[in-house]
Amino acid sequence: MASLGIKRISKRFGDVVALSKVDLDINEGEFCVLLGPSGCGKSTLLQIVAGLITQDEGSVLVNNKPVDHLSPRDRDVAMVFQNYALYPHMTVAQNLGFGLRMHGIHKDMILKRITETASLLGIENLLKRKPKELSGGQRQRVAMGRALVRRPKLFLLDEPLSNLDARLRINVRLELMRLHQQIQGTILYVTHDQIEAMTLGDKVVVMREGRIHQTDTPGTIYDYPSDTFVASFIGSPAMNLFKGNLIRAKKKLIFQSMDFSLNLQDIPPNFKDNTVEVGIRPEDIEVIHKPKNAFRAVVEMISNVGSEKYIHAHLGSTMLTVRATKEETFKPGETIHLVINPRKLHIFCKGKRI
Amino acid sequence: MMKKLVKKLLFVAGILLAAGFSLTPFLWFVLSAFKNQAQITAIPPQWLSSFSMDSFYSAVARYGIIHYLLNSAIVAGSATMVTISLGTLAGYALARLPRQWGQIILMGILACAMFPQISIAGPIWRFLRFMGWLNTYQGLVLPYVALTLPLAVWILALFFREIPEELEASALVDGCTRLGSLMRVILPLSAPGLFTAAILTFIYAWNEFFLALLIMTDPARQTMPVGIALFQGEHTIPWGEIAAASFITTAPLILMVLLFQRRIVTGLSAGAIKG
Repeated sequence: MASLGIKRISKRFGDVVALSKVDLDINEGEFCVLLGPSGCGKSTLLQIVAGLITQDEGSVLVNNKPVDHLSPRDRDVAMVFQNYALYPHMTVAQNLGFGLRMHGIHKDMILKRITETASLLGIENLLKRKPKELSGGQRQRVAMGRALVRRPKLFLLDEPLSNLDARLRINVRLELMRLHQQIQGTILYVTHDQIEAMTLGDKVVVMREGRIHQTDTPGTIYDYPSDTFVASFIGSPAMNLFKGNLIRAKKKLIFQSMDFSLNLQDIPPNFKDNTVEVGIRPEDIEVIHKPKNAFRAVVEMISNVGSEKYIHAHLGSTMLTVRATKEETFKPGETIHLVINPRKLHIFCKGKRI
Repeated sequence: MMKKLVKKLLFVAGILLAAGFSLTPFLWFVLSAFKNQAQITAIPPQWLSSFSMDSFYSAVARYGIIHYLLNSAIVAGSATMVTISLGTLAGYALARLPRQWGQIILMGILACAMFPQISIAGPIWRFLRFMGWLNTYQGLVLPYVALTLPLAVWILALFFREIPEELEASALVDGCTRLGSLMRVILPLSAPGLFTAAILTFIYAWNEFFLALLIMTDPARQTMPVGIALFQGEHTIPWGEIAAASFITTAPLILMVLLFQRRIVTGLSAGAIKG
């Protein structure tokens, strides 16, 4: 186990900037998730940590020591790949033992570790099989096993669940959480799936276009997104964002958009700009039946997800999404009354949170 | 129904025609190898053979084909080993180069393979004389490697390209060096390609006549095709012995190809289907 430091790492591929001065610190035993849309540089960062790609600038530190000069084999990291990358010509046992064999560990020790790992993952009965005789979920376990058996300083996981079907993905996700609690390893995990990131990560790093937008706990990222990208990327359905102007009246600050206005609180007194974006999550808007002090909106569509409903409605020409309980019923075209919780507003100026 | 049947018959006839066309001469000399002197020279020629082993006995005892066979085995074996070793390294590098650069180099290699042998025979001979390698095994292995390498590099490069790079990355992270991942992960998975390249190389070197005749003037170093060609004396053509020697030369190749048939077929059709 080890801590990981990433210091001002940059990487270009031709004219494309894959990573731009990325800084990140991961503590010993921490589960850190790199989250972002495809092409944001998260996999590149993982491969740089593994030593499979060399960065143009910056440094990777393991336990505060630079490892940039080390080849992948000497970095003592284990990696799980998206398509598992099991060696097709070896049995499961040989796949598990390969890394240990390459590190010159004694045969009896290898056997002991393989048995331990196999029982930890419940794959004892698969040891003699070849990868092509395994199901997707079994392959995924073997790929995990191949990393676990090494007991490396650092686990690197590159979208390990994305090739599994939805139901299996949830099971394996839970299993991963349990595993992490058991082995307490330092994990760097790449995904584009925000649910994976939120449920697994002690720390979530939101990336886009080679830059880190926010590094925080899942809760903080959800409740205090640092900019409009994070705000709209995290949360499903996405946060409602409205553009508008600030109007300073006597003791009040009023947000004025095309179709409605809101009283704002919690704005620092020295804030001088006049154009802002205001965000509100669907669950922070309430549908009420007494039309007093409420916005009037027209229902356009309803998404029923079973446990709750999301109403997509027009507020003038502005579209917004509101959460409703599953008991309530709405019809398209119906007029509803909405109250926005002013304490739950997110206010952004030039894309950044204020 | 009828149309289907006719189609099938035509198909079978085509196969039989092709097989007959290439197999008849082969069958003729196999039968000739087992004929006695009278049957060989009979006019009109006859198919019948008495299954006599005289020609074989004479080819071994009088013409000493065993040492030609040995020379052939040494030359073809070494050429194959060198070609496959170099072809593996070159093919691997080309497979992992950026596509467009790899393609340019592969095309260049292919262009080299297009030179007519006769145009390079003179320079080769002069070069070998300069090196003092005329009438040596390495003197023949060297041009064979040069001539078979392009095809081997092509086959292997195309094969290696099909192997996902993640497997290699995985091997590197698991503790292999580059060469280690090539040997332990990529090569085992490329076995059909290796076999194909090796057998094609071996067949070429085993059967090659022109350069062997040019470079090996010393009977002690001559290979089988040259040895057989030189069987005939001023006044005699020992057809029986020639047929017997040819049979002995061909048999190991056929055996080899039959043995590795399935692997070669997958090798030749590699890239068609991912698997």
